[in-house]
Amino acid sequence: MPTIKSIDDLKRIREEALKKQGMKSASGQKQIIVGMGTCGIAAGARDTMKAILEKIEKDNLSGIIVTQTGCIGVCEMEPIVQVQIGDAPKITYGKVTKDIAARIVDEHVLAGIIVKDHIVNI
Amino acid sequence: MKEISLHLLDIAENSIKANASHVTISIDENTLEDRLTMSVKDNGKGMTTEMTQKIVDPFTTSRTTRKVGLGIPLLKAAAEMCNGFLTITSQPGAGTELIVQFQRSHIDRMPLGDVAGTILHLVIGSPATHWTFKYKVNDKEFEFDDQIIKSELDGIPLSEPMVLSFIRNELKAGISNISINK
Repeated sequence: MPTIKSIDDLKRIREEALKKQGMKSASGQKQIIVGMGTCGIAAGARDTMKAILEKIEKDNLSGIIVTQTGCIGVCEMEPIVQVQIGDAPKITYGKVTKDIAARIVDEHVLAGIIVKDHIVNI
Repeated sequence: MKEISLHLLDIAENSIKANASHVTISIDENTLEDRLTMSVKDNGKGMTTEMTQKIVDPFTTSRTTRKVGLGIPLLKAAAEMCNGFLTITSQPGAGTELIVQFQRSHIDRMPLGDVAGTILHLVIGSPATHWTFKYKVNDKEFEFDDQIIKSELDGIPLSEPMVLSFIRNELKAGISNISINK
Protein backbone atom coordinates (compact mmCIF):
# COMPACT_ATOMS: atom_id res chain seq x y z
CA MET A 1 0.00 0.00 0.00
CA PRO A 2 2.70 2.56 0.74
CA THR A 3 3.81 4.26 -2.41
CA ILE A 4 7.23 5.67 -3.05
CA LYS A 5 6.69 7.72 -6.15
CA SER A 6 10.32 8.27 -6.79
CA ILE A 7 12.02 4.89 -6.60
CA ASP A 8 14.26 6.05 -9.45
CA ASP A 9 15.39 8.93 -7.24
CA LEU A 10 16.51 6.39 -4.66
CA LYS A 11 18.52 4.46 -7.25
CA ARG A 12 20.25 7.67 -8.26
CA ILE A 13 20.92 8.60 -4.62
CA ARG A 14 22.44 5.19 -4.04
CA GLU A 15 24.80 5.48 -6.99
CA GLU A 16 25.96 8.94 -5.97
CA ALA A 17 26.49 7.83 -2.37
CA LEU A 18 28.54 4.86 -3.55
CA LYS A 19 30.79 7.16 -5.58
CA LYS A 20 31.36 9.35 -2.55
CA GLN A 21 32.15 6.34 -0.38
CA GLY A 22 34.90 5.39 -2.79
CA MET A 23 36.51 8.80 -2.37
CA LYS A 24 36.30 8.86 1.40
CA SER A 25 39.57 9.14 3.31
CA ALA A 26 40.64 6.52 5.82
CA SER A 27 40.01 8.75 8.83
CA GLY A 28 37.73 6.19 10.45
CA GLN A 29 34.01 6.19 11.02
CA LYS A 30 32.39 9.33 12.36
CA GLN A 31 29.47 8.67 14.65
CA ILE A 32 27.15 11.08 16.48
CA ILE A 33 24.84 9.64 19.14
CA VAL A 34 21.93 11.66 20.57
CA GLY A 35 20.32 10.70 23.90
CA MET A 36 16.59 10.14 23.33
CA GLY A 37 15.31 8.93 26.66
CA THR A 38 12.27 10.63 28.23
CA CYS A 39 14.72 12.98 29.97
CA GLY A 40 16.48 13.84 26.72
CA ILE A 41 13.26 14.41 24.79
CA ALA A 42 11.81 16.58 27.57
CA ALA A 43 15.01 18.65 27.58
CA GLY A 44 14.84 19.24 23.81
CA ALA A 45 16.82 16.34 22.30
CA ARG A 46 14.59 16.23 19.23
CA ASP A 47 15.54 19.81 18.37
CA THR A 48 19.20 18.94 18.94
CA MET A 49 18.96 15.94 16.62
CA LYS A 50 17.02 18.03 14.14
CA ALA A 51 19.80 20.64 14.12
CA ILE A 52 22.42 17.94 13.46
CA LEU A 53 20.45 16.36 10.61
CA GLU A 54 19.70 19.75 9.05
CA LYS A 55 23.37 20.65 9.21
CA ILE A 56 24.31 17.42 7.45
CA GLU A 57 21.77 18.21 4.73
CA LYS A 58 22.63 21.90 4.41
CA ASP A 59 26.40 21.44 4.26
CA ASN A 60 26.13 18.16 2.34
CA LEU A 61 28.25 16.26 4.88
CA SER A 62 28.80 12.71 3.74
CA GLY A 63 30.09 9.85 5.89
CA ILE A 64 28.61 10.75 9.28
CA ILE A 65 26.47 8.18 11.07
CA VAL A 66 23.80 9.63 13.38
CA THR A 67 22.09 7.32 15.85
CA GLN A 68 20.17 7.64 19.09
CA THR A 69 20.38 6.02 22.47
CA GLY A 70 18.21 5.88 25.59
CA CYS A 71 18.83 7.45 28.99
CA ILE A 72 22.48 7.07 30.01
CA GLY A 73 21.92 8.22 33.60
CA VAL A 74 22.89 11.90 33.52
CA CYS A 75 19.38 13.27 32.97
CA GLU A 76 20.27 16.65 34.46
CA MET A 77 22.78 17.21 31.66
CA GLU A 78 20.38 16.43 28.79
CA PRO A 79 20.27 16.90 25.86
CA ILE A 80 23.35 14.65 25.62
CA VAL A 81 25.36 14.20 22.43
CA GLN A 82 28.22 11.74 22.09
CA VAL A 83 30.84 11.78 19.36
CA GLN A 84 33.06 8.92 18.35
CA ILE A 85 35.67 9.28 15.64
CA GLY A 86 37.30 6.04 14.58
CA ASP A 87 38.97 4.31 17.50
CA ALA A 88 39.30 7.47 19.63
CA PRO A 89 37.50 7.43 23.01
CA LYS A 90 33.86 8.48 22.91
CA ILE A 91 33.36 12.11 24.00
CA THR A 92 30.14 13.07 25.81
CA TYR A 93 28.68 16.57 25.60
CA GLY A 94 25.91 17.94 27.86
CA LYS A 95 23.19 20.58 27.56
CA VAL A 96 23.62 20.58 23.81
CA THR A 97 21.42 23.26 22.25
CA LYS A 98 20.98 23.67 18.49
CA ASP A 99 23.90 26.08 18.32
CA ILE A 100 26.23 23.90 20.35
CA ALA A 101 25.23 20.91 18.20
CA ALA A 102 26.27 22.81 15.08
CA ARG A 103 29.57 23.72 16.74
CA ILE A 104 30.21 20.08 17.70
CA VAL A 105 29.68 19.02 14.07
CA ASP A 106 31.96 21.76 12.72
CA GLU A 107 34.73 21.60 15.30
CA HIS A 108 34.83 18.03 16.56
CA VAL A 109 33.31 15.84 13.82
CA LEU A 110 34.77 17.76 10.87
CA ALA A 111 37.92 19.42 12.21
CA GLY A 112 38.77 16.92 14.94
CA ILE A 113 38.98 19.52 17.72
CA ILE A 114 37.04 18.61 20.88
CA VAL A 115 34.62 21.33 22.08
CA LYS A 116 36.08 21.44 25.60
CA ASP A 117 33.62 23.83 27.26
CA HIS A 118 30.63 21.48 26.82
CA ILE A 119 32.16 18.15 27.81
CA VAL A 120 30.48 16.06 30.52
CA ASN A 121 32.52 13.56 32.47
CA ILE A 122 30.53 10.39 33.04
CA MET B 1 6.13 17.69 26.87
CA LYS B 2 4.54 20.20 24.58
CA GLU B 3 3.67 18.04 21.59
CA ILE B 4 2.02 14.66 21.13
CA SER B 5 4.70 13.81 18.58
CA LEU B 6 7.33 14.11 21.34
CA HIS B 7 5.38 11.57 23.38
CA LEU B 8 5.27 9.25 20.36
CA LEU B 9 9.04 9.54 20.05
CA ASP B 10 9.34 8.71 23.75
CA ILE B 11 6.96 5.71 23.61
CA ALA B 12 8.73 4.35 20.52
CA GLU B 13 12.00 4.41 22.48
CA ASN B 14 10.45 1.77 24.76
CA SER B 15 9.91 -0.46 21.72
CA ILE B 16 13.56 -0.07 20.71
CA LYS B 17 14.63 -0.99 24.23
CA ALA B 18 12.35 -4.04 24.09
CA ASN B 19 14.46 -5.22 21.12
CA ALA B 20 11.63 -4.85 18.63
CA SER B 21 12.61 -5.45 15.01
CA HIS B 22 9.38 -3.95 13.65
CA VAL B 23 7.49 -0.97 15.09
CA THR B 24 4.27 0.46 13.66
CA ILE B 25 3.17 3.95 14.66
CA SER B 26 -0.37 4.97 13.74
CA ILE B 27 -2.17 8.27 14.05
CA ASP B 28 -5.88 8.46 13.35
CA GLU B 29 -7.67 11.81 13.33
CA ASN B 30 -11.43 11.52 13.19
CA THR B 31 -13.23 14.86 13.14
CA LEU B 32 -16.72 13.33 12.93
CA GLU B 33 -16.32 11.42 16.17
CA ASP B 34 -13.98 14.11 17.54
CA ARG B 35 -11.29 11.56 18.43
CA LEU B 36 -7.55 11.51 18.02
CA THR B 37 -6.23 7.97 18.41
CA MET B 38 -2.63 6.85 18.27
CA SER B 39 -0.92 3.53 18.67
CA VAL B 40 2.61 2.21 18.91
CA LYS B 41 2.80 -1.50 18.20
CA ASP B 42 5.97 -3.55 18.36
CA ASN B 43 7.15 -7.15 18.14
CA GLY B 44 9.59 -6.74 21.03
CA LYS B 45 10.01 -8.94 24.06
CA GLY B 46 6.66 -7.96 25.63
CA MET B 47 5.70 -7.83 29.30
CA THR B 48 3.78 -9.86 31.83
CA THR B 49 0.26 -8.75 32.79
CA GLU B 50 1.64 -7.65 36.15
CA MET B 51 4.28 -5.44 34.54
CA THR B 52 1.72 -4.05 32.08
CA GLN B 53 -0.43 -2.89 35.00
CA LYS B 54 2.50 -1.51 36.92
CA ILE B 55 4.06 0.42 34.06
CA VAL B 56 1.61 3.31 34.39
CA ASP B 57 3.11 3.93 37.83
CA PRO B 58 5.96 6.46 37.60
CA PHE B 59 8.02 4.53 40.10
CA THR B 60 8.14 1.48 37.87
CA THR B 61 10.78 1.18 35.20
CA SER B 62 12.88 -1.58 33.70
CA ARG B 63 15.80 0.77 33.29
CA THR B 64 18.80 0.66 35.57
CA THR B 65 20.17 4.15 34.94
CA ARG B 66 17.53 5.91 37.02
CA LYS B 67 14.68 4.89 39.27
CA VAL B 68 11.66 6.62 37.74
CA GLY B 69 9.94 6.10 34.39
CA LEU B 70 7.71 9.03 33.52
CA GLY B 71 7.03 8.55 29.82
CA ILE B 72 3.86 6.45 29.96
CA PRO B 73 2.34 8.01 33.15
CA LEU B 74 2.73 11.50 31.64
CA LEU B 75 0.99 10.55 28.41
CA LYS B 76 -1.77 8.69 30.29
CA ALA B 77 -2.45 11.74 32.46
CA ALA B 78 -2.55 14.00 29.41
CA ALA B 79 -5.02 11.71 27.61
CA GLU B 80 -7.31 11.32 30.62
CA MET B 81 -7.36 15.08 31.09
CA CYS B 82 -8.83 15.27 27.56
CA ASN B 83 -11.63 12.71 27.96
CA GLY B 84 -9.36 10.02 26.59
CA PHE B 85 -7.54 6.92 27.75
CA LEU B 86 -4.32 4.95 27.47
CA THR B 87 -4.18 1.17 27.29
CA ILE B 88 -1.30 -1.25 26.98
CA THR B 89 -1.70 -4.79 25.67
CA SER B 90 1.28 -7.04 26.00
CA GLN B 91 2.42 -10.60 26.43
CA PRO B 92 5.92 -11.92 27.02
CA GLY B 93 7.36 -12.88 23.65
CA ALA B 94 4.40 -11.45 21.73
CA GLY B 95 5.21 -7.73 21.64
CA THR B 96 3.39 -4.73 23.02
CA GLU B 97 0.70 -2.39 21.73
CA LEU B 98 0.03 0.96 23.34
CA ILE B 99 -3.12 2.83 22.38
CA VAL B 100 -3.81 6.38 23.47
CA GLN B 101 -6.86 8.44 22.63
CA PHE B 102 -7.77 12.11 23.12
CA GLN B 103 -10.93 14.09 22.52
CA ARG B 104 -9.59 15.84 19.44
CA SER B 105 -11.19 19.24 20.11
CA HIS B 106 -10.43 19.29 23.83
CA ILE B 107 -8.96 22.64 24.87
CA ASP B 108 -6.14 20.93 26.80
CA ARG B 109 -5.13 18.59 23.99
CA MET B 110 -1.54 19.16 22.97
CA PRO B 111 -0.95 19.78 19.28
CA LEU B 112 0.40 16.87 17.25
CA GLY B 113 3.50 18.93 16.54
CA ASP B 114 6.35 17.84 14.31
CA VAL B 115 5.25 14.30 13.43
CA ALA B 116 7.54 14.14 10.38
CA GLY B 117 10.48 15.06 12.63
CA THR B 118 9.62 12.32 15.11
CA ILE B 119 9.36 9.63 12.43
CA LEU B 120 12.48 10.86 10.63
CA HIS B 121 14.53 10.75 13.82
CA LEU B 122 13.35 7.25 14.67
CA VAL B 123 14.09 5.94 11.17
CA ILE B 124 17.56 7.56 11.08
CA GLY B 125 18.45 7.00 14.74
CA SER B 126 17.51 3.32 14.88
CA PRO B 127 18.29 2.02 11.41
CA ALA B 128 18.23 -1.62 12.52
CA THR B 129 14.51 -1.34 13.30
CA HIS B 130 11.86 -1.66 10.59
CA TRP B 131 9.54 1.35 10.92
CA THR B 132 6.02 1.64 9.58
CA PHE B 133 4.06 4.86 9.96
CA LYS B 134 0.36 5.19 9.20
CA TYR B 135 -1.45 8.51 9.26
CA LYS B 136 -5.19 8.66 8.75
CA VAL B 137 -7.36 11.77 8.63
CA ASN B 138 -11.02 10.79 8.34
CA ASP B 139 -11.08 8.76 5.11
CA LYS B 140 -7.69 9.79 3.79
CA GLU B 141 -4.57 7.74 4.47
CA PHE B 142 -0.81 8.01 4.17
CA GLU B 143 1.53 5.12 4.81
CA PHE B 144 5.31 5.19 5.06
CA ASP B 145 7.38 2.04 5.22
CA ASP B 146 11.14 2.41 5.53
CA GLN B 147 11.79 -1.14 4.34
CA ILE B 148 11.22 -0.07 0.73
CA ILE B 149 13.82 2.68 1.03
CA LYS B 150 16.32 0.52 2.91
CA SER B 151 16.19 -2.33 0.43
CA GLU B 152 16.64 0.10 -2.44
CA LEU B 153 19.61 1.79 -0.75
CA ASP B 154 21.19 -1.57 0.00
CA GLY B 155 23.54 -0.58 2.81
CA ILE B 156 24.02 3.14 2.13
CA PRO B 157 23.69 4.83 5.57
CA LEU B 158 20.41 6.67 6.12
CA SER B 159 22.28 9.69 7.51
CA GLU B 160 23.81 10.48 4.11
CA PRO B 161 22.61 14.01 3.23
CA MET B 162 20.75 13.02 0.06
CA VAL B 163 19.00 10.14 1.79
CA LEU B 164 18.03 12.37 4.70
CA SER B 165 16.47 14.93 2.38
CA PHE B 166 14.66 12.20 0.51
CA ILE B 167 13.08 10.65 3.61
CA ARG B 168 12.26 14.06 5.07
CA ASN B 169 10.47 15.08 1.87
CA GLU B 170 8.55 11.80 1.62
CA LEU B 171 7.26 12.22 5.17
CA LYS B 172 6.52 15.93 4.97
CA ALA B 173 4.67 15.67 1.66
CA GLY B 174 2.69 12.61 2.74
CA ILE B 175 1.60 14.20 6.00
CA SER B 176 0.81 17.67 4.66
CA ASN B 177 -1.20 16.17 1.78
CA ILE B 178 -3.88 14.92 4.12
CA SER B 179 -3.36 16.98 7.27
CA ILE B 180 -6.11 19.32 8.39
CA ASN B 181 -3.90 20.93 11.01
CA LYS B 182 -2.43 24.20 9.89
